[in-house]
Amino acid sequence: MDLTLIWAFVIAFAVFAYVVMDGFDLGIGVLFPGFKVGVERDAAMNSIAPVWDGNETWLVLGGGGLFAAFPLAYAVILPATYPLIVAMLLGLVFRGVAFEFRWRDPRHRAFWDLAFFGGSLAAALSQGMILGALLQGIAVENRAYAGSWWDWLTPYTLLTGLGTVAGYALLGATWLVWKLEGAAQAHARRQAVRAAWATIALMGAVSLYNLVLRPEYAERWLSAPELYFAAPVPLATGAVALLLLRALAKEREAAPFWLSLGLFLLGMAGLGVTIFPHVVPPDVTIWDAAAPHRSQVFMLIGVALTMPLILAYTGWAYWVFRGKVGHEGYH
Amino acid sequence: MDMDALFLARVQFAFTVSFHFIFPAFSIGLASYLAVLEALWLKTGRSEFLDLFKFWLKIFAVAFAMGVVSGIVMSYQFGTNWAVFSDRTGPVLGPLMAYEVLTAFFLEAGFLGVMLFGLEKVGRKLHFAATLMVALGTFVSAFWILSVNSWMQTPAGYEIAANGQFLPGPSWLEVIFNPSFPYRLLHTVTAAYLTTAFAVGAVGAWHLLRNREEPHARIMFSMAMWMAALVAPVQIFLGDAHGLNTLEHQPAKVMAMEGHYESHPDGAPLILFGVPDSEAGDVKYAVEIPKASSLILKHDPNAPLAGLDTVAPEDRPPVGPVFWAFRVMVGLGFAMLGIGLWSLLARVRGRLYDWSWLHRAAIAMGPSGFVAVIAGWITTEVGRQPWTVYGLLRTEDSASPLAAPAVASSLLAFVVVYFAVFGVGTWYILRLMAKGAHPGELGVKRGDTGPIRTAGITPGPTQNPGYSERLPDGDGEPD
Repeated sequence: MDLTLIWAFVIAFAVFAYVVMDGFDLGIGVLFPGFKVGVERDAAMNSIAPVWDGNETWLVLGGGGLFAAFPLAYAVILPATYPLIVAMLLGLVFRGVAFEFRWRDPRHRAFWDLAFFGGSLAAALSQGMILGALLQGIAVENRAYAGSWWDWLTPYTLLTGLGTVAGYALLGATWLVWKLEGAAQAHARRQAVRAAWATIALMGAVSLYNLVLRPEYAERWLSAPELYFAAPVPLATGAVALLLLRALAKEREAAPFWLSLGLFLLGMAGLGVTIFPHVVPPDVTIWDAAAPHRSQVFMLIGVALTMPLILAYTGWAYWVFRGKVGHEGYH
Repeated sequence: MDMDALFLARVQFAFTVSFHFIFPAFSIGLASYLAVLEALWLKTGRSEFLDLFKFWLKIFAVAFAMGVVSGIVMSYQFGTNWAVFSDRTGPVLGPLMAYEVLTAFFLEAGFLGVMLFGLEKVGRKLHFAATLMVALGTFVSAFWILSVNSWMQTPAGYEIAANGQFLPGPSWLEVIFNPSFPYRLLHTVTAAYLTTAFAVGAVGAWHLLRNREEPHARIMFSMAMWMAALVAPVQIFLGDAHGLNTLEHQPAKVMAMEGHYESHPDGAPLILFGVPDSEAGDVKYAVEIPKASSLILKHDPNAPLAGLDTVAPEDRPPVGPVFWAFRVMVGLGFAMLGIGLWSLLARVRGRLYDWSWLHRAAIAMGPSGFVAVIAGWITTEVGRQPWTVYGLLRTEDSASPLAAPAVASSLLAFVVVYFAVFGVGTWYILRLMAKGAHPGELGVKRGDTGPIRTAGITPGPTQNPGYSERLPDGDGEPD
């Protein structure tokens, strides 16, 4: 049993969980200025207030998990994308405190709304750009980052950054379609349609760009027999995209959110297909970066024991706050 | 590597971790205090306990949020600025941090929503369980992170690979329960409880000065003073035990704490105050008690104690910061004990709620825990220098290959954002504290569209004319 492979899937799962769960939190932040001040903004924020912290914790699992399971990757990727990480962290500071500060200080509500928006946008953009910086390849020498200060800033990373912003906006908007009612919901639905088109277009653009980004990516996707295994991914993605647009047009409540999630799942699967078995393209494979067997076993036991519990009580918390974020006057 | 970049990276880590630790130092104690308040309400049914619970819940929400966002910065900073350390220690420390996320962070974050917003949504017992889970999560978090720090101080249970990485040996128990861990865990967690106790005590005292009959203030003050009286002496004992353990495993740190540049072959003095001069190798203007250091550290006034003259110059920690931080911490510890004893005297005389000078002193000691914990961390971390893994990996060999301008920019960004955001957050907390707890506290309200579907207790406009459509400030009182 290849524990390294298992850990690659665990980390991928943690990153996916983060992206979809904090994705809709950040997406709501990105869309925030578009909501009317007052009930609409309050409702949007309140729809995620009880769950945002748990959602964000998956980011710590992703980073901490990378440190634990693939320490070399952690030690190389983070310095390579240094300004992006710092921007993300500071964005998350503003986004996180805005949840509380907005209510503490109504006279400066507008400022904290801006902080919520700006912080969410900064975090979303940086995360997307970090992904792009990873995909385009990171220079490594002697177990250390060996590239230049500006490697992370290219047209490609800007594209992946924008794609992530659009994708998060889609998740956020479809979440609100599910949680809101009336005029606010209709507004969210319109935003979801726009975000869906943007996400689909940018996902397509990134996928095409990947083919010219590195020769090995083109080879992975276009040469047989890999082609037969890889082809289902873009086909399924296209199908889900169509279903999503249809679900929004038919004013379905929960389906758009789950279909958007499906879109993300397929997108990430595609990225996995592209870079496997590298954790740091082009030179570091998961086996190069993996922690020793003892560490992998020790942690895997922990994951096996705690993950079912975590998923259970997380699900419970969502269930406690199920239903519409309404606007009713009395018990 | 470039000395400027190294220094900047160290300053950045010190700055961000100090700011960060202020919040969990408060959250750990406050989460437990909230559990106690809720338990007392469930048991006695007295509404004052529910009011106090809801009052402190608002403050907890703000403090916890700041702790979370500053904590994420730490988990990524190991990688960004200390990449060599991360690569080398990843196999050993990575799993411990992973366990922290899996068993603590998810637990506290997962139940926080119900704790803050679910009082009217779930049954009382279930809500109390949620509060307990958050409190447990904060403690478990302290367990793992202190194990990580302790391993850096007193590494155990490891092997060293050919590529320089530290690898775990056959026993993870040896790694986790390394020599300094039990002492550091008890000492730090107790410090967190004391920090909260004195913060609560100051709030209680503040409101007592305004109205000695106010029931919520009385309850808070009394509870806090019991903590001071019972726990401060325990903490002094724990600190002493921690120091003895440090003497055994990190003697250079104790030498710096004591200001012992020179060895003392028969009985080392306890230097109370002075100005350490590392160039000259002695403490200027020293006020000292002969033989007292040997008495405390070895329980024998004539016992020899080695000094920094037995440590190679490149292995010595900076003496000044360690010497002074240690004295600040110990001084505050004894001041806390003093307040505890004073409060006992006040109780015996039946004057706990009307001794204004005690109240003023308690207010002055409100921030004492925060200052003491930072002083303690400076002592232990600066005292660990020049090592990141004591005796095995030097700080100067641990840093990422980043140029000085990069680190300078990020440091500047952190300084500006942290002071601005956390400064404002602290001010909001102080404002909440000044308002005090009232009967019928509404707790963490979020306007009319709270995360709970029904609007709860706030009357709508038709039932409460004059209640405006403006955003309420969440304290349940008319604006």
